[in-house]
Amino acid sequence: MNSLTKIIKYSFYDTWRSWWALLYGLFFLVISATLLYFSGDFNKAIVSLLNIVLLLVPLISTVFGVMYAYNSREFTELLLAQPIKRNNIFLGQYLGLTLSLALSLSLGLGITFLLFAGTAEESVHLGMLTLCGTLLTAIFTGLAFLMSALFEDRVKGFGIAILIWLFAAVIYDGLLLTFLVIFNDYPLEKATIGLTLFNPIDLSRILILLRLETAALLGYTGAVFNKFLGTALGMVVSLGALLVWIFVPLLLFLKKVQNKDF
Amino acid sequence: MAAIFQTSRFILKTALSVVLLLAGQVVQAKTLPVSPTGEIRSVKEAVRLAQSYDTILIASGIYHENDIEINKPLTIIGRQNPVIDAGFKKGIFSVMAQNVLIAGLTLQNVEESFTKNYAAVRVRGGGHITVRNNTILNCYYGVYLEQTDSCTVRHNYIRGNAKQESTSGNAIHLYRTENITVADNKVSGHRDGIYLESSSNSTITGNVSQNNLRYGLHFMFSDNNSYQRNKFIRNGSGIAVMYSRNIIMTDNLFEQNWGAAAYGILLKDIVDSRIERNIFRQNTTGIYAEGSTRLYLKNNEFRNNGWAVRLLGSSEDLTFEENNFIGNTFEISTSTNYNSNNIFRGNYWSSYTGYDLNHDGTGDVAHKPVRLFSYLLEDIPTSVVLLRSLFIDLLELIEKVAPVLTPENVLDNQPSTRLNTWKS
Repeated sequence: MNSLTKIIKYSFYDTWRSWWALLYGLFFLVISATLLYFSGDFNKAIVSLLNIVLLLVPLISTVFGVMYAYNSREFTELLLAQPIKRNNIFLGQYLGLTLSLALSLSLGLGITFLLFAGTAEESVHLGMLTLCGTLLTAIFTGLAFLMSALFEDRVKGFGIAILIWLFAAVIYDGLLLTFLVIFNDYPLEKATIGLTLFNPIDLSRILILLRLETAALLGYTGAVFNKFLGTALGMVVSLGALLVWIFVPLLLFLKKVQNKDF
Repeated sequence: MAAIFQTSRFILKTALSVVLLLAGQVVQAKTLPVSPTGEIRSVKEAVRLAQSYDTILIASGIYHENDIEINKPLTIIGRQNPVIDAGFKKGIFSVMAQNVLIAGLTLQNVEESFTKNYAAVRVRGGGHITVRNNTILNCYYGVYLEQTDSCTVRHNYIRGNAKQESTSGNAIHLYRTENITVADNKVSGHRDGIYLESSSNSTITGNVSQNNLRYGLHFMFSDNNSYQRNKFIRNGSGIAVMYSRNIIMTDNLFEQNWGAAAYGILLKDIVDSRIERNIFRQNTTGIYAEGSTRLYLKNNEFRNNGWAVRLLGSSEDLTFEENNFIGNTFEISTSTNYNSNNIFRGNYWSSYTGYDLNHDGTGDVAHKPVRLFSYLLEDIPTSVVLLRSLFIDLLELIEKVAPVLTPENVLDNQPSTRLNTWKS
């Protein structure tokens, strides 16, 4: 077993041992089970669940990521004194945390799914939601790690990581709306698709909404979106965009810690 | 005694006249059998030989015929489902007489044309024509009635193979007609399922119109018609009704009319009409009203539509009473703040968040069915990309606490807290 897998394993167990990951998973289990049980309408439940996932997954990943990165500082320094590659240490910590968070989320949603086993179409919807949740976990954990590497001061790092989350979750949409209001006289459908690629939360939201029945409800503009994002090419492009959102912060983080003076 | 005598005389007289009447009929009308192996082998030949009020009985088989002109009162009946195939050359029956009945036939393969309205049954002039129990397949137009009155089109199965709007015709087409009954037909795969233009006093009942390229039902300049118990499902653009008054639409089902320009019903310049007990389910837009006034909508069910009702500013004096709005993304959407005197009363709204302290079934707080986002969408359609985003939810919360943008006067003062029920 090489050093990378050892560190992944350590980080993974570390998070599970602290009960947080378990609580996180339980939360999604309870929420999704309650929604599915009480709403009766699968699509309605998925839409509500979507709102919760899109709000909480990035937030929790950000908070967890920043806390974990700062709290394990001393242990990291200890590891740095060992003959282990820097990349392995940091990549290992990142992967360990991401995996445990993603696993809790998937377990939470997955157990619900097994309890209320639905049709093939429904499982695709839930699978899509879980996939987007997992990707968002990876994205925001990466961003959080990057912030912790950029700022020595943990308050500052924490604050800026939260700001990034706030920007993606709320402010970006406000700016987008302002943009749409100002340039309302122009055909904006394609520009809007382009702009959503720059926000992983928006992108996930649209990807899932297009899968649900609401897709056809979106009228003319929705038809334009569907024509692009609903196709295989659109799917590949948007999943590609989400992967870029994972790799860019992660690579920046690894580059930063490579030369960082601890 | 005298009374008994009188009664028996009356019975005798009646019986005698009935017998004479029947005898007259038998003497007058004869029956001409048509069969692939018989004396008369084509329908056209039979029509030529027949006198007025004769019956032509067509035995089963395939008849390759087209352009059969009927210019005298005739009864044409198919036995054991004979097929008349036009071989994609012109139409099949062309009727220009009174009192014609065409029943029990399969009519197929009528030619598409850009200049002539070829149809399986084309009626021009005349009247009292009945087309029933026929199967009409792959025809340009199915049944085409023009300048005629008192006709019945009942219980036909009409399926087209329309690919493009510009090269296809309608299943049942009425143009300048009076007193037509269109009932219990199943129509699909045409441009429009049922089309009426300048046709009045018609009854359209119990038809199923689905998977048509454009509209399931389409009418213009057709006053005083009633549409009851029809089903309109998965049509390209739903149903469009325009420029008509005194329309009664009751107990119809409008379902799964999906798409960028699809509506349960598009109401354009419809005046003084009633829309009651209809079900609008899973349409992009349930009702889209433009320039429509004095409409009375009661006991309709709007379920899981994108927009239950979209009202453009020019729609005035609409009354929505005791309807059920369930699980629609947007309940009412309007583009204007102008007071258009539309009344909402006693409707059930599934998104109602008020309370009912005395449990009388009427909410104590008025319901505002226009969401800020739907108002925004009318102005900026692209903003649909923000559907269900946190930012929009926050904006709507603020708007709810202190309304600035959404129209003040679109509200239901007596929202029902229970589902309205009715007998159909």
